[in-house]
Amino acid sequence: MNFDLVFKHWDLFLGGVWVTLHLTVIALALGMLIALPASLSMARNTRFSPLARGYVYVFRGTPLLVQTYLIYYGLGQFELVRDSFAWPLLREAWWCAVIAFSLNSGAYTAEILRGAIKTTPKGEIEGAMALGLSGRQVTWLVLMPSAMRRALPQYGNEVVFMLHGTVVASVITIQDILGVGRTVNAKYYIAYEGFLSAAALYMIITFVVVRLFRLVEQRYLKHLNLENVSARKSDSETGEVPVAVPAMR
Amino acid sequence: MRTLQGVRNLDKLLEFAPLLGRGVLVTVGVAVLALVLATALGALGAAAKLSRNLIFNWVAQVYTTIVRGVPDLVLILLIYFGGQRLLNTVVQSFDGGYVEISKFWAGVISIGFIYGAYLTETFRGAYMTVPKGQAEAAKSMGMRPLPVLWTVLLPQIMRFALPGYGNVWMVLVKSTAVVSVIGLEDLVGLADKAGKATRAPFLFFVAVILVYLAITWVSQLALKYADERANRGQTA
Repeated sequence: MNFDLVFKHWDLFLGGVWVTLHLTVIALALGMLIALPASLSMARNTRFSPLARGYVYVFRGTPLLVQTYLIYYGLGQFELVRDSFAWPLLREAWWCAVIAFSLNSGAYTAEILRGAIKTTPKGEIEGAMALGLSGRQVTWLVLMPSAMRRALPQYGNEVVFMLHGTVVASVITIQDILGVGRTVNAKYYIAYEGFLSAAALYMIITFVVVRLFRLVEQRYLKHLNLENVSARKSDSETGEVPVAVPAMR
Repeated sequence: MRTLQGVRNLDKLLEFAPLLGRGVLVTVGVAVLALVLATALGALGAAAKLSRNLIFNWVAQVYTTIVRGVPDLVLILLIYFGGQRLLNTVVQSFDGGYVEISKFWAGVISIGFIYGAYLTETFRGAYMTVPKGQAEAAKSMGMRPLPVLWTVLLPQIMRFALPGYGNVWMVLVKSTAVVSVIGLEDLVGLADKAGKATRAPFLFFVAVILVYLAITWVSQLALKYADERANRGQTA
């Protein structure tokens, strides 16, 4: 094995790391924008909840790869799309990836938030209402902050899975970490080095993300006194975050 | 004119239906075989993690850590291309033939390897949920370790593991789509080809999405039934 070639192209890999992080952050941010109204409407059975439920069901029930293909290859089939103002965007692999990943992340995040909203103690809402807060204030000052705290561990998983999901971008020609790994492999006709370097980079980023979430959880879930929470009991000996296999993709 | 084109497109879908049907079989085949492998690896991994042997602990820990840290597609490419090269290096040092890994089996092995790590955690968690007194009581009745495991612990482990197991299955099925990237002609790979040939990719990918939704839906029904059956006699 010869990693000189990888080190020779360290700038490509650095660019790949940037692309991967960039895609992950945009997808998560836009996903959150979709997830906030979607989760609220699902938890409250509003007029839009069937729509939100359908959206979440379809995007969680199908592979991210197919969703990306549908947008990247599929939409161009229609003249209507090709003639529209959005075509300059939809023609680009980058924007197709952004759209697909955001919609996908939005669905998973909405489901996570819906669960967290559902488990809000009644007293919290009643207390807020008793203090004379308006409906909107109760939602955004009490309900959502509380739900988002409780959703943190699962959201951490979603972040990792979105990070891992962005590899799909390399399939539609984007030079993310895996894309660079494949390029270097193909260029020198080598089999392991590019992929192994990509794997190592993904692993490092994953562990940094996991660490960060552990810190954030310690800060925002302090009131739960983590050592004593029953969900974590089984892992107390190893001191490891339990992986109950969350909703992955 | 619009409707005419719509009808023509549906014709294309019908024309390719047998092909897509074969793709569905490949997808389901990869998924089911990968689940079998993952179950075996998960059982081994859980046993290794729960054992008192430090080396086993360490190996299982490395296994689950790697799989959780690396995206599925990277592992698949590594196993397919890297494994190919490795195998040929080994074979050539013996008699110099050329071996080609089948894409189907590369997919099964990669996906099975990945989800084995998730099932390791599922099984370990399920084992630890079984109250200690169960095994102790069985032992005090004079049962040998193997019957204790087989007749007392395993049925309970299976019950506790079922929801997680179902979750892994659903995720695994979706994960098989990625195998089309190494050129396997599964549902996604074939739909991609058909879409390009007929210049109606949207149509074919929508069909793929419907198939995956159908698989998810059937799996959910089956899981609900299995869960009810596994928990019969339990007060909720």
